[in-house]
Amino acid sequence: MTATQDMLVPSFDDEVETGRKLAIIISKGSLDMAYPGLILGNAALGEGVEVELFFTFWGFDIITKGRMEHLKFSPVGNPAAHIPAALAPIPGMTSMATHMMHKSLEELEIPEVPEFLELIKASGARIWACRLSADMNHLSADDLWDGVDGIINASDFIEMTDGAQLLFI
Amino acid sequence: MPTTTINGHDVTVDDEGFMTVYDEWDEDTGKALAEAIGVDMTDEHWQVIRFLRNDFKDQGATPTIRRVSTAGGVDTKKLFQLFPKKPAKKMAYIAGLPKPAGCV
Repeated sequence: MTATQDMLVPSFDDEVETGRKLAIIISKGSLDMAYPGLILGNAALGEGVEVELFFTFWGFDIITKGRMEHLKFSPVGNPAAHIPAALAPIPGMTSMATHMMHKSLEELEIPEVPEFLELIKASGARIWACRLSADMNHLSADDLWDGVDGIINASDFIEMTDGAQLLFI
Repeated sequence: MPTTTINGHDVTVDDEGFMTVYDEWDEDTGKALAEAIGVDMTDEHWQVIRFLRNDFKDQGATPTIRRVSTAGGVDTKKLFQLFPKKPAKKMAYIAGLPKPAGCV
């Protein structure tokens, strides 16, 4: 086809097998700290980067069936929440802040955590649960979100992400 | 804005080659764009591209992968099969639209 000869065509890096891989360790389980890993992971997947997520310590709540829909945002100890420090610990503040955060996310069309996990899973992410966190919480695979690929230990994760770029959140 | 020749027509594009003028696109142009990036268009591809075109017209922005799946009814996995590796950008390119600006 001759028409393509003069065409300015963007590079989608199809010809290069970059093998770029991103490992994201998600260690916090508050609503606000669930999103950075999910958003960055999703962005990487959309750029053709292979993504492995490891949910550990407090981050375990994000993939625990009974907890993933009830993550909270607390302004306590968080100056960036822009709520006076003396008011942050008063009763009801966490649920109010959580409610407000859900509202802002909805306005920006950012999905709730369970739907977001579905999205990145469908985009090809692999999702791993930390063995030690499972043991500490007395949880097994049945207690975890269905899309979890497995419960593995830290060494397994380090081994399988050989050569990957790493994000610890 | 640079122009480039697609399918025998001069069209306006950005520095990367994404078309910038909505009405300069037609389906023959889309087919040529797809060919240029190695995508073989099937009915399923066209269903997505037509959704992108209509949604852009309604909303004024290129839909993200999530929107194509929630509002356009083509699931995410399928989009990665139809437009491998970088579905959001490839769909936008073929549909003659800017790259999606949304994060999710």
